[in-house]
Amino acid sequence: MSRRLLAAAFTAVFAALPLASAHAAEPVKVGEINSYSRIPAFTLPYRNGWELAVEQINAKGGVLGGRKLEIVARDDAGTPEQALTAANELVRREGVVMLAGTYLSNVGLAVSDYAAKRGVVFLASEPLTDALTWSNGNTETFRLRPSTYVQTAILVREAAKLPAKRWATIAPNYEYGQAAVRNFKELLKAARPDVEFVAEQWPAQFGLDAGPTVEALEQAKPDAIFNVTFSSDLSKFVREGTARGLFKNRTVVSLLTGEPDYLVPLGAETPEGWIVTGYPWDAIESPEHKAYVKAYQDKFHENPTMGSLVGYNMGLAIKATLDRAGSTKSADLIKALEGLKFAAPTGEITFRASDHQSTMGAWVGKTALVDGKGKMVDWRYVDGADVLPDAAAVKALRPAK
Amino acid sequence: MIAANALPHAERMDFIVIQALNGLAGASSLFLVAAGLSLIFGVSRVVNFAHGTVFMVGAYLAWTLIGRLGVNFWLAAPLAALATAALGGAIEVLVLRRLYGRHELLPLLATFALVLVAHDLVPLIWGAQDIIGPRAPGLTGAVAVAGRLLPSYDLFLILVAPVVLAGLWLMLNRTRFGRIVRAATEDPEMAAALGIRQDRLFTTVFMLGCGLAGLGGALRLPRETLHHSLDTQVIVSAFVVVVIGGMGSLGGAFVASAIVGVVSAFGIVVWPQGTLAMLFVIMAVVLVARPQGLFGRPALPGAHRPLALPSPPLAGYGRKAELGVLGGVAALGAFGFVGSPFALDVATQALIAVLFAVSLHLLIGWAGLISFGHTALFGLGAYGAALLGQHLPFGLAMVGGVAVAALGAAAFGVLVRRMKGVYLAMLTLAFSQLLFATAFQWVSLTGGDNGILGLWPDPPWDTAGGWYALTLCLSVLCLVGLAYLYRTPFAYTLRAAQDSEARARADALPVDGSRILAFAVSGAVAGLAGALLVFLKGSAFPSLFAVQQSVDGLVMVLLGGIANPLGPVAGAVAYTLGVTVIATLTPSWHMIVGAAILVLTQALPGGLLRNRAGGV
Repeated sequence: MSRRLLAAAFTAVFAALPLASAHAAEPVKVGEINSYSRIPAFTLPYRNGWELAVEQINAKGGVLGGRKLEIVARDDAGTPEQALTAANELVRREGVVMLAGTYLSNVGLAVSDYAAKRGVVFLASEPLTDALTWSNGNTETFRLRPSTYVQTAILVREAAKLPAKRWATIAPNYEYGQAAVRNFKELLKAARPDVEFVAEQWPAQFGLDAGPTVEALEQAKPDAIFNVTFSSDLSKFVREGTARGLFKNRTVVSLLTGEPDYLVPLGAETPEGWIVTGYPWDAIESPEHKAYVKAYQDKFHENPTMGSLVGYNMGLAIKATLDRAGSTKSADLIKALEGLKFAAPTGEITFRASDHQSTMGAWVGKTALVDGKGKMVDWRYVDGADVLPDAAAVKALRPAK
Repeated sequence: MIAANALPHAERMDFIVIQALNGLAGASSLFLVAAGLSLIFGVSRVVNFAHGTVFMVGAYLAWTLIGRLGVNFWLAAPLAALATAALGGAIEVLVLRRLYGRHELLPLLATFALVLVAHDLVPLIWGAQDIIGPRAPGLTGAVAVAGRLLPSYDLFLILVAPVVLAGLWLMLNRTRFGRIVRAATEDPEMAAALGIRQDRLFTTVFMLGCGLAGLGGALRLPRETLHHSLDTQVIVSAFVVVVIGGMGSLGGAFVASAIVGVVSAFGIVVWPQGTLAMLFVIMAVVLVARPQGLFGRPALPGAHRPLALPSPPLAGYGRKAELGVLGGVAALGAFGFVGSPFALDVATQALIAVLFAVSLHLLIGWAGLISFGHTALFGLGAYGAALLGQHLPFGLAMVGGVAVAALGAAAFGVLVRRMKGVYLAMLTLAFSQLLFATAFQWVSLTGGDNGILGLWPDPPWDTAGGWYALTLCLSVLCLVGLAYLYRTPFAYTLRAAQDSEARARADALPVDGSRILAFAVSGAVAGLAGALLVFLKGSAFPSLFAVQQSVDGLVMVLLGGIANPLGPVAGAVAYTLGVTVIATLTPSWHMIVGAAILVLTQALPGGLLRNRAGGV
């Protein structure tokens, strides 16, 4: 009996698959894919961010002259395969007008390739890999968050000012970490031919064996350390490194560590004086940003993180794109996105026509311990446009059409 | 390495001392987890896939006691161990008890379902944010050792493993309970015949094992950051340690965890990029040299009990069923013309899953060769096709992919033709993980984790309908071919060797040759599945080699019913459609899929389809 019931259930589910298609009078649907179950620490605040943006947009009349904006979200479980299944389902069953989202670089690249194949616009919100807009760039793909190159280039400017000559690096062993270290080495060598790199560590992502790794770095006696680990690896690295005196009299230059997503969990153990990129959300005084923070806190009863800001900006970017395009056709959306300017809480952001990268920048500053909590101090905002290569240089980086 | 060599001799010795201590500290909590896993396997032959989850829950519980309730760390750790022991008891009684005496992999399936449930439940209970573990009061500082600073807690950890080992040894060798445990490990049937209450023994041992895992988790807190995927890392390492040491051997687990810890600590100095592969290189080296592990005995009695052998497809179903199959194929063909593009894509994916599951079933069901790394063959086919597809037309690339997978599988088969049971399973896992590391690490060839992109088939196959049609044709061809193969002496040789290997060899049946051939055929079918997937998705990624894929295959085979040749077909279709549909509804789909598997293992432990021909 139960077997027959099961069979019936699966038949029903299968039969229901081809149903559902979009109608013109209905909301404008945008498909969103992210690693909600795999990396909830970053993606859940991100989801809050775009939910807030969508709520505000729809309260103010929606998009395309009165239609509601609807973001249909799917989990990719952190794998490209699942993301592609989701992309396909969103495009072919939900009938979304464009795709957005993704966190991990390889997932972003997979969806980007799919988008190019199917001629669907893809607004990558978070993946950092340079390949997305350069070596693997395509007509359909745009990216919001500052890339690995931008983040690293901002840090290299600070690193080059240090007296340090012997550098060690530690980065998670996947494309993001590899690209960050490669960029850092190349850019720093160009700015400071006298530096040398004396050790490197490549822990598996979220699998850092902190004690031996710290000891191996210490053994090389570097003057300074470039860190790319984040999340749980970062916390372990900080604790062991502090306990074993690795950071004593050494400067650490660290990617993303100032983002509340990774800084807040460090709490009272936040190391002081690290040069980091991040997001000092509680110290940015512009009225637009204050209004955004207040709306976020009122709605979710928690503080915004970097993920929240990226999600919120993505919602704004989607609205600006649809309104500028005046239609939901891919060709119009692409034309609208190239050179699109929109007002984000942190200032105006442009999607460059040359490489489809937004000029959203990053904050660079130092970590400090204030009242037992980690904070970013001495920070300033660096616009992506100031660091990104110009249109001619970018043309050489992208594949010929 | 270069830097280390440049140092004066004394300083180099200091570094060796400190790094060895670091390795031993890391090995300590790994030993606690592995010891529990080994004990449980020794007595009940259950491969507890949820052991890493119990470890993680132990860590989270201890954190709750310390961070929320203000309990002292030194009290919280044993309390958490007791709580996880109780949790273990509940798992044993509610989930596992009904599954003994059935296929040895069924407990694996049920405990895997628990892992899925915990994957979503843990962030719901404890939040998604990383939690830095609290420090141990009294041991927050560091002591100077060999001119370097070593956290004093690490010194404590180094002492924990031998103390726990000594305690367990005393318990096993000096108490009545210990004698019973050893007797049951030695020969479960004899122990039962002598009147030992197996149900009570199994529950107690499972509780003990889970308590050790929970203690390991709690003691790891001061040097760990808590997050919801801690369990998968720990379980794989613990499996490796148990296998290197020898299944069921506590001393083996102790030595193996120390070896793994120390070799890894030095490995990252010599070969920093090798962190992904190190563990599996050690395991592969040990298993090839000594297949039963360092301290294991060659064949544990009862470690392999074929309880449900498949019979040829459709045996026991009658004429009507054959017509039904023909009708089904015709209906699937017609579906290609009427289905929406999305439905066709999902159907294609289900067919690919069918091929994958059927190829695994050939090994597990027919040959009795358990594989925890079947995705190695799937990934070989996929990467073979993807690498060739960059230069060749897709058809040739797919043929090449199938050939690569078949040859790779045959070569592996030659290597392991004499191995069986859990050791073989772990060697397949090592094989797939080494391939994973290769695909991940060899960036110039494979593009690393960014994968190989832009692999779309030529028209007219590049539409949903086109690829569905091709996949359907190839799948039907494969299934028909296998159906014929299962009626040949080859298949019966595999079954004979599974029933009684010694007798089959005594009868001069070509056991080794048949097994190698089984690997090759399985590789070809799995490779075809991989190649089909590559051109469906337009890309190939190292995650094709991920443990998760292998586990998915096992779930499909066991869900469908291992004793029925159509079982893997039913299991693959049900699992693929189930996951696809549930994943569109909620991000918490792991939990729902896990709960569904849990219910199914209890309600239909034999799988969706049973053996109609009645066993042999």
